[in-house]
Amino acid sequence: MSAPVRTLDIASSPHIRAGVSVEHIMFNVVLALLPVVAFAVYAFGLAALLGIAVATATCVLSEHLLCRLAGKPSTVGDWSVTITGLLYGLTLPPGLALWMVALGGFLGVATAKFLFGGLGYNAFNPALVARAFLQAAFPTAMTTWTAAFGAERFSTLPASVLAVPFMHPAPDAMSGATPLAQMKFAGELTPGIDLFLGLTAGSSGETCALLILAGGLYLAARRMLDWRIPAAILGTVALLSLVCHQLDPARYAPPGFMLSAGGLMLGAVFMATDMVASPVSRLGVLLYGALIGTLVVVIRYWGGMPEGVMYAILLGNAVSPHLDRLIQPVAFGARGRTR
Amino acid sequence: MPASLSRLLRGRGFAHGIHPPGSKADTAALPIRQFPFAPLMIVPLLQHAGKPALPVVRPGQEVLRGELLAEPDGPMSVAMHAPASGRIEGIELAPSLSGRMQPAIYLKPHPGSTQEPIEGPPCDVDTASPEEILRAIQWAGIVGLGGAAFPTHVKLKPPPDKPVDTLVINGVECEPYLSTDHRVMLEQPHDIFQGIRYLLKVIGARRAVIGIEADKPDAAAVLREQRPEGLEVSVELLPVKYPQGAEKMLIKALLERTVPAGGLPCDVGVLTVNVATCAEIGRLLPRGQGIQERVVTITGPGVRERGNYRIPIGTPLRFALEHVGVSEELSMVFLGGPMMGQALASLDIPITKGTSGFVAFTRAETGRPPVEYPCIHCGYCVQACPMNLNPCDLGRLARKERFEEMADGLKLFDCFECGCCSFVCPSHIPLVQSFRVAKNAVRKKRTAP
Repeated sequence: MSAPVRTLDIASSPHIRAGVSVEHIMFNVVLALLPVVAFAVYAFGLAALLGIAVATATCVLSEHLLCRLAGKPSTVGDWSVTITGLLYGLTLPPGLALWMVALGGFLGVATAKFLFGGLGYNAFNPALVARAFLQAAFPTAMTTWTAAFGAERFSTLPASVLAVPFMHPAPDAMSGATPLAQMKFAGELTPGIDLFLGLTAGSSGETCALLILAGGLYLAARRMLDWRIPAAILGTVALLSLVCHQLDPARYAPPGFMLSAGGLMLGAVFMATDMVASPVSRLGVLLYGALIGTLVVVIRYWGGMPEGVMYAILLGNAVSPHLDRLIQPVAFGARGRTR
Repeated sequence: MPASLSRLLRGRGFAHGIHPPGSKADTAALPIRQFPFAPLMIVPLLQHAGKPALPVVRPGQEVLRGELLAEPDGPMSVAMHAPASGRIEGIELAPSLSGRMQPAIYLKPHPGSTQEPIEGPPCDVDTASPEEILRAIQWAGIVGLGGAAFPTHVKLKPPPDKPVDTLVINGVECEPYLSTDHRVMLEQPHDIFQGIRYLLKVIGARRAVIGIEADKPDAAAVLREQRPEGLEVSVELLPVKYPQGAEKMLIKALLERTVPAGGLPCDVGVLTVNVATCAEIGRLLPRGQGIQERVVTITGPGVRERGNYRIPIGTPLRFALEHVGVSEELSMVFLGGPMMGQALASLDIPITKGTSGFVAFTRAETGRPPVEYPCIHCGYCVQACPMNLNPCDLGRLARKERFEEMADGLKLFDCFECGCCSFVCPSHIPLVQSFRVAKNAVRKKRTAP
C-alpha cells in the first residue's frame, strides 16, 4: 500500500464545535423582532413603516460606511446592527420626522458602537443611545404621539414625517397621549387588556406586550436570550408597584398597568438583554435586572417624565461591567471539602 | 443508595458541561478484533507520566511475546513487555506525540511465530499482600489506559492519613467517537470484576461503584447481570454529559462528593480507575503477564474500516491507518477523542499504552476555520465550564497576555482543558487553546531561575 497521506492539518483541541455562531444568534433576534415590526406597521401604518425602515437602513449603512472609512471589512453581515436599527426604529414615536430618525441612527451607531470598537465592545445599547440623543435634542417631537389604528394610517402620512430639518411642522390632527402620560398628567388609567394587546398610543413597537413576550420566549427557548433579565426586571417592577399601589392606589398605578404600559416590555425583553451590555454571571444578571426595574419604578412614579425605561437600561448598562468584575464564579472545589 | 437518592431528588450530577454529538454509532456495536503485527514495532521507553523504563535487552537479541523488555526505573516508572516475538533491531530515538524524540526499542516480529504470549509467576488475589499486588501492577507495566497514562501503582498509594472508602471504576467514556471502554465492559466483565478484587484489596476499601453513561445501557446490563456474589459493586447509569469522565466530575455525579480545588480524589475518600485499566489488571495479574496490547477505537469520517481493535503496543500509526484504509480526503488525525485529543503532525509515532483511540477527519469536517468574532458576553462558556471558572474573563486576559493575572486571580491552573468553552463559543474564540498557551508561559516563567 502506498502512503495515503499527503499533508495533515494540525490544530489544538477541541476539534468539534457547537453549531451556534454570533450571526446565527443575531439573525434569530431579528426573526423574533419581525412580528413586533409587523404589528407596529399594522397599528400605526405608513408612519411606522417609514420610521422603522429609515432607522434600520441608516444604522446598517452607517456601520458599513464607517467600517469602510476605517479601512476594515464591513461588519454588517453579523446582523447585530440590523437589530440595533430595528430596535431603534421601534422605540420612536410613529410620525417622527425622518430626518431626525436618520440623524439619531447615525449618531447612535457611530458614537455608541463604532467608536467603542464595534460588536462586543459597546458599553451601552446603541439603539438606546440613539434614542437618548433624540430625546435630549428634540423633546417635543419625541413626545408627540400618534393615536393607534387611525382610519387613514395606510393612506396619509402625518405632516411631521416629511418635515424639513428645523422647520416646525403644522400641528398634527392624529395625535394621542400615551397611557403613561395620561396616568401621570391626568390620572387616567388605561385598561390592562388594551395595553397587553397593543391598542394604545406609544412608540411604534412598544405597544403590544403580547408579541414582545412571544419573541422573547422564542429566543429564551433557544438559549439566545437570558430569561433571567426580563424576569428580574418585570419581577422588580411588579413587586415595587404592588407595594406602592397598596399604600396609595390613587397615586400609584397598579402592577398590571406598570408592566404592560410604555416601553417596559420591549426594553426588558429586547434591550436590557443585549448580551454585550449585560452581565455574564447569574447573580450579576439578577442584580442588573433588579436595578433596572427599580429605576423604572422610581422614574415613573417620582420623576418628571412619564417614562424611564430607556434611562434605567442605560444606567444598568453602565453598572454591568462592574457587576461582572465583582461577581466571579466560585471554582469547583474552592470552598474546600464537602462530604 | 444515598447517592442515587440525592441525585433523584436534586436531579443533577455535576454542574455545567455540554452535550456534543456522541458519534459512537459507527463502532459501538462492533466487537473487538485482533490487529495484525506491523513489520517493525516501536516500543517507547516512556509511555507513562514519570521516568522512562530501563531496557534489559540488547540489540540483536531474540525475545518472546510478553517477555520483559525494560524494567521500572524507580517508583515513578513501569515495566515494558515485548508486544511480539521477534528480534530487537535497536534502541534508538523515535518520534513521539510531543514532537520530541524519545528513546524506543525497535522490534521486528518473526512472521512465522505463533505469537503465543509467555506467562510469568501469577499474582493471586487471595494470597498476595497489598504490597505484592502493587508491585505486580508496576511490573505488569500498567498505567491509566483512559489516556493520562499515569502509573497505576502510584495512584493506588494515597497518603496514609487519607483513607479511601470507595473505589470508583470509570466506564463513562464521555469523549465522542470512542467506544473502547464500552466494548471492554461488554466483552470482559469477568476481567473487570477480577480487577476490582485486586484494587479493593490494595486500597483497603470495601465497596466499588462503576459509573457508566446512559448511552451504554447494554454495558450496565451485562455488568449487573455478571456481578459476582460477595463483591460489593454497584453499577450506576448516569445521564450523558461531557466531561463526566473527568475524575472530579464523576465523583461529584456518583457520590455527591466535591474534590477540593488542587486536591485529589483521596481527599474525599475515593480512588478512581479507568474500566479498561481495571480489566487489564484482572486479566494480566493472574497470569503473571504484562501489557503487550490494548483496545483502540479507530474511527471518524476519514477511516474506511472503522472499529475497535486489540492492537499491539508499538504499532506505528501509519501501519494502523494503512491497514484500516483512509479516505482520499483525509485531513486530520488526532489521538483520543475530538474534545481533548491531540492532532498529529506525524504518523510515524507508535500506539502506546495511553492511546484509547484515534479519529480521522476529512476536509468536510476540518474545512475552513470559522470566522472569529469579538466576545459578545453571551456567557455560554461560563455556563459550560465544569470547573466553574470564568473562561470569558480568562479569554479576555489571554488576549492581552496578562497570564499571571489569569493564574492568580482566575484559577487558570484549575482548568483541565476539557474544551467545553471553545466548543460552545459562538464567536469561535480559541479559549482553551489560549489557556494552554497561558499555562505554558506561566510555567516557564515560574521555573526560570
